[in-house]
Amino acid sequence: MTASLNARNAVAALVVAGLLLLPLYSQASGNVFALTLFTRIVIFALAASSLNLVMGYGGMMSFGHAAYLGIGGYAVGILAFEGIGSGFIQWPVALLVSALFALVIGALSLRTRGVYFIMITLAFAQMAYYVASGLSRYGGDDGLTIYKRSDFAGLINLSSRVQFYYLCLGCLFGGLYLIWRIVNSRFGMVVRGARSNEARMQAIGFPVTRYRLVCFVIAGTICGLAGALFANNTDFISPSVMYWTRSGDLMVMVILGGMGSLFGPVLGAIVYLALEELLSRITEYWALIMGPLLLLVVVFGRGGIMGLLGRFSRE
Amino acid sequence: MSEPLLRIENLVKRFGGIKATDNLSLDVASGQLHAIIGPNGAGKTTLISQLTGQLRPSSGSIRFAGQDITRLPAYRRSRLGLARSFQITSLLPDFTAADNVALAAQAHDGHSFYFWGNARGEKHLRDAARSALARVGLERRADVVVSKLSHGEQRQLELAVALATKPLLLLLDEPMAGLGVTESADMVKLLQELRREVTIVLVEHDMDAVFALADRISVLVYGRVIASGAPDVIRKDEEVKRAYLGEAHAVVRHG
Repeated sequence: MTASLNARNAVAALVVAGLLLLPLYSQASGNVFALTLFTRIVIFALAASSLNLVMGYGGMMSFGHAAYLGIGGYAVGILAFEGIGSGFIQWPVALLVSALFALVIGALSLRTRGVYFIMITLAFAQMAYYVASGLSRYGGDDGLTIYKRSDFAGLINLSSRVQFYYLCLGCLFGGLYLIWRIVNSRFGMVVRGARSNEARMQAIGFPVTRYRLVCFVIAGTICGLAGALFANNTDFISPSVMYWTRSGDLMVMVILGGMGSLFGPVLGAIVYLALEELLSRITEYWALIMGPLLLLVVVFGRGGIMGLLGRFSRE
Repeated sequence: MSEPLLRIENLVKRFGGIKATDNLSLDVASGQLHAIIGPNGAGKTTLISQLTGQLRPSSGSIRFAGQDITRLPAYRRSRLGLARSFQITSLLPDFTAADNVALAAQAHDGHSFYFWGNARGEKHLRDAARSALARVGLERRADVVVSKLSHGEQRQLELAVALATKPLLLLLDEPMAGLGVTESADMVKLLQELRREVTIVLVEHDMDAVFALADRISVLVYGRVIASGAPDVIRKDEEVKRAYLGEAHAVVRHG
């Protein structure tokens, strides 16, 4: 795995440059919508990258990952509703609550394997969804409007589109760097080894489950951060963020971009959300076009977009 | 009198109505190469799996290095110095040979809750991996991904991984399985060297190898030890010949 100039790295570098320069383009052309769309994309890219840590590197098929988006979002929304507007309180709480939720869910669901793991993570996320629907003080089913974005004491103004975009982008790059360090660390080697062959890892002396649990918690926490960004972006949080189809969206982004490749989920989020946007302009039956497209990538491009790019660079 | 390194007492493992291990008792003395033979279905792999902690015995006890390990999970046994190789090659297929061995060294180098430093850059882990690979003759294949290694090389790598955990006792489950004639001969030569450093329990079908290597042989039939002794004794044992028939003839002829 050298850092040579192959197709994957070239594409990743181009995308990074594009993301960095996007606000300039948006300002020059007056295209505000591009910035709005890509703020959303960057937030989902962060959420998908955190899912990639458990699913791609850890081999844990969590089908309830959107729960952390909701939990991070509700932490911000509820605190704002109760008059605590400081981001220095809101965000740490969002991360902490996500981490605790992941700890409990992980401790229970990691006792199972395969399909059972998928179902149990799904079930917990749906529970979170219904709990949120029942929070009548905080809007219940209708959701909760956030009238004021997180306040960072003048350090950064989240109501400025450009500043908020760069904050999201900073979180994404920071998250990716963290994940990159983690997967190459001793800890990451254990988690990846367990994905490859669990019995072997136990036979050479690793208590696999506790490493998996920590990985699960780290991923949940990162996704909680994405949730805090999400709530600030939409100025609104509702149970639908946690609905199982949203977890499915995140999974599709990871698989589409390339499971177990650092940059794959970013590409997956870009392609998925941009396509959704474009196709829904053409027809309201956009899912009819999206479905087969995804199918093609999964069937012919094992390893997703990153897998396809890898093949080009080898030839 | 000191206790043997491994002591199995009255071990029973039931699968439904079948006793795969039937009141089995066995001692393995430190420094010996103890072979376990027996026809297919005799319960050899079931026994190994109970020793390593993959299977829970129904009753009985296993003591290792003076400690009762009957209920210990697999990873704790590994920490105590019990290493195994798998009958069906069981490595990390998408990692390199060196990664596989380095991970085994890492497992015995304190906990692994280090999230930042590059594990592949840790010199002492890589050095440990290199020397274990050199020990089995794989040093030139260190950076090859496991799935690209030949079957014989994977068998050697299994040994290197086990050695990297610095074991007191090595449980080898058919290390010759699927090897060609020359590869088998190399493996025998390798085991011949390793036995000087570590106590070995060898489960093997290759009778030439078993009789060439073993200090002591135990014969397993229907989950029971029907004979246990030096190779010469086993070769002459009438009960073994009867139980074993085809393979026993082979023993006599080759031996």
